Amino acid sequence: MGNFPTTVKHCLSYEELIQDYPWLARWLQEEKRALTHEYPEYVKIVEVGPRDGLQNEKEMVPTGVKIQLIDMLSETGLPVIEATSFVSSKWVPQMADHTEVLQAIHRSSHVRYPVLTPNMHGFQDAVAAGATEVAVFGSASETFSRKNINCSIDESILRFEEVICTAKQRQIPVRGYVSCALGCPYEGPIESTKVAEVVKRLYELGCYEVSLGDTIGVGTPGSMAKMLHSVMKEVPSSALAVHCHDTYGQALANILTALQMGICTVDSSVAGLGGCPYAQGASGNVSTEDVLYMLHGMGIKTGVDLSKVIEAGDFICKALNRKTNSKVAQARGDYSVHCRMKKINT
Amino acid sequence: MVPTGVKIQLIDMLSETGLPVIEATSFVSSKWVPQMADHTEVLQAIHRSSHVRYPVLTPNMHGFQDAVAAGATEVAVFGSASETFSRKNINCSIDESILRFEEVICTAKQRQIPVRGYVSCALGCPYEGPIESTKVAEVVKRLYELGCYEVSLGDTIGVGTPGSMAKMLHSVMKEVPSSALAVHCHDTYGQALANILTALQMGICTVDSSVAGLGGCPYAQGASGNVSTEDVLYMLHGMGIKTGVDLSKVIEAGDFICKALNRKTNSKVAQARGDYSVHCRMKKINT
Repeated sequence: MGNFPTTVKHCLSYEELIQDYPWLARWLQEEKRALTHEYPEYVKIVEVGPRDGLQNEKEMVPTGVKIQLIDMLSETGLPVIEATSFVSSKWVPQMADHTEVLQAIHRSSHVRYPVLTPNMHGFQDAVAAGATEVAVFGSASETFSRKNINCSIDESILRFEEVICTAKQRQIPVRGYVSCALGCPYEGPIESTKVAEVVKRLYELGCYEVSLGDTIGVGTPGSMAKMLHSVMKEVPSSALAVHCHDTYGQALANILTALQMGICTVDSSVAGLGGCPYAQGASGNVSTEDVLYMLHGMGIKTGVDLSKVIEAGDFICKALNRKTNSKVAQARGDYSVHCRMKKINT
Repeated sequence: MVPTGVKIQLIDMLSETGLPVIEATSFVSSKWVPQMADHTEVLQAIHRSSHVRYPVLTPNMHGFQDAVAAGATEVAVFGSASETFSRKNINCSIDESILRFEEVICTAKQRQIPVRGYVSCALGCPYEGPIESTKVAEVVKRLYELGCYEVSLGDTIGVGTPGSMAKMLHSVMKEVPSSALAVHCHDTYGQALANILTALQMGICTVDSSVAGLGGCPYAQGASGNVSTEDVLYMLHGMGIKTGVDLSKVIEAGDFICKALNRKTNSKVAQARGDYSVHCRMKKINT
């Protein structure tokens, strides 16, 4: 009962409370600081332009152009460049020259060059062509799986199991992709628990990393956070990446959200190559240049030279006779402003 | 040059979307901004919804008096955090511009007309490059203390990132409460939504945007300017944040103005929604 008046005094007056307990003010300041966001010091960029980007371009890209693009990207500091896809040329004619591309590129010792291998046949061709890392592509949507790769999710996982097992024996790392993580063009919304289930299966089979694809770009920071919350109950953030499409302009905000939740690997495509096959005329992959601009502006290291990526983007856009989808590349086109802007952000 | 009738129709369509504030026109000299020469006609001809406020820009007393005579019930003044930008854009120093605004704000107060302030170059200047966040805070504070009920922080050339946005807001919010602040992000470098998200996380809850992303960047040829209202709404609604605005009606207004101007929309949401069959399924995901 002796402390009762003091307790009441403290309840009624914050100033009185702080006067009697000065350490409390410092503690409250620290709590407030803890609420501001932590970001990774380093983000790994996985460049998917030469595969995912070019695969979705309408025009057939000459093999020499693909090789030159990859060689230019190899000089930018990008740590991972998805080179090609060992898929049947009947389904994806754009990738028919996979063997020639993989064998002709200059492989930098600082860069990894994963290739897509949808099944054992593709995997064997890839290894014969010199692949040292492969990727498999699943879906969180049953309908998308059937329409895209002609089989159910379960059947696709069985195929991948064979690839992953064989790859493990040969010490070839396997990356997993899960498409429709934030929505499906056929089914609409996808339960985050379903996404988590598929991601977990790929991870437990042996994928060192699983990339979560917002295939049609419908995600927002809201749905991204919800999905990641479910997935991260099953798989550690260090084994996850985000692959955001910019179809609804949400990609950078979604990537920012993922970084805040501990993700530190981001897929992107030079010049934002690769439209969205589900919304005519709409954009697809987020552009590497815009992602780098944001990360560097936040003080996050990537090891990548933005101006060299812009040059590679310029090259491929001229070769394809199309405009870049990167806003940074468009803005940097004005050189005089660019010079002054270099002082602000590199 | 946009026909007056088109401007009026655009504003009338926007008035039906649920938007709470629509900046209608600018009472600036037609010598400097010929596009806004029809300011009086526009303000008098639009159908003014009782749920919407229609602020107009008034760079000086002359513009303010014309605006009031035309029926304006809210005005806005436009300052800068960059000395060079102020001189090149409005032909005077920051201090001189604040003196001009002081006169407008005083008179507006007497007439009970609210005044909104804008501070441009909050995240960078096309002439000076980076701008110290303390300088931004100083100019914002001056406008707020003079009597602006709200100050909108403009990333005039869109160079900001979540990094510089957080740093700038941290300085500004030491001087002015977040409830009196807004962000006006340009999407020139594709950073607008990420910057807006950062601002929301720091407590800002007013966002400026432009239907169809109208308004390019005069400092980077061919580059985009204002962030599009449709893309901002899509993000906010997807996060469960209420705005009171009907996204599909904004898309319709954007379609109208783009057809009238014979140009493509800058809004990615509007572009994506152009594919109607996907749009129907997508309605289940996000409205």
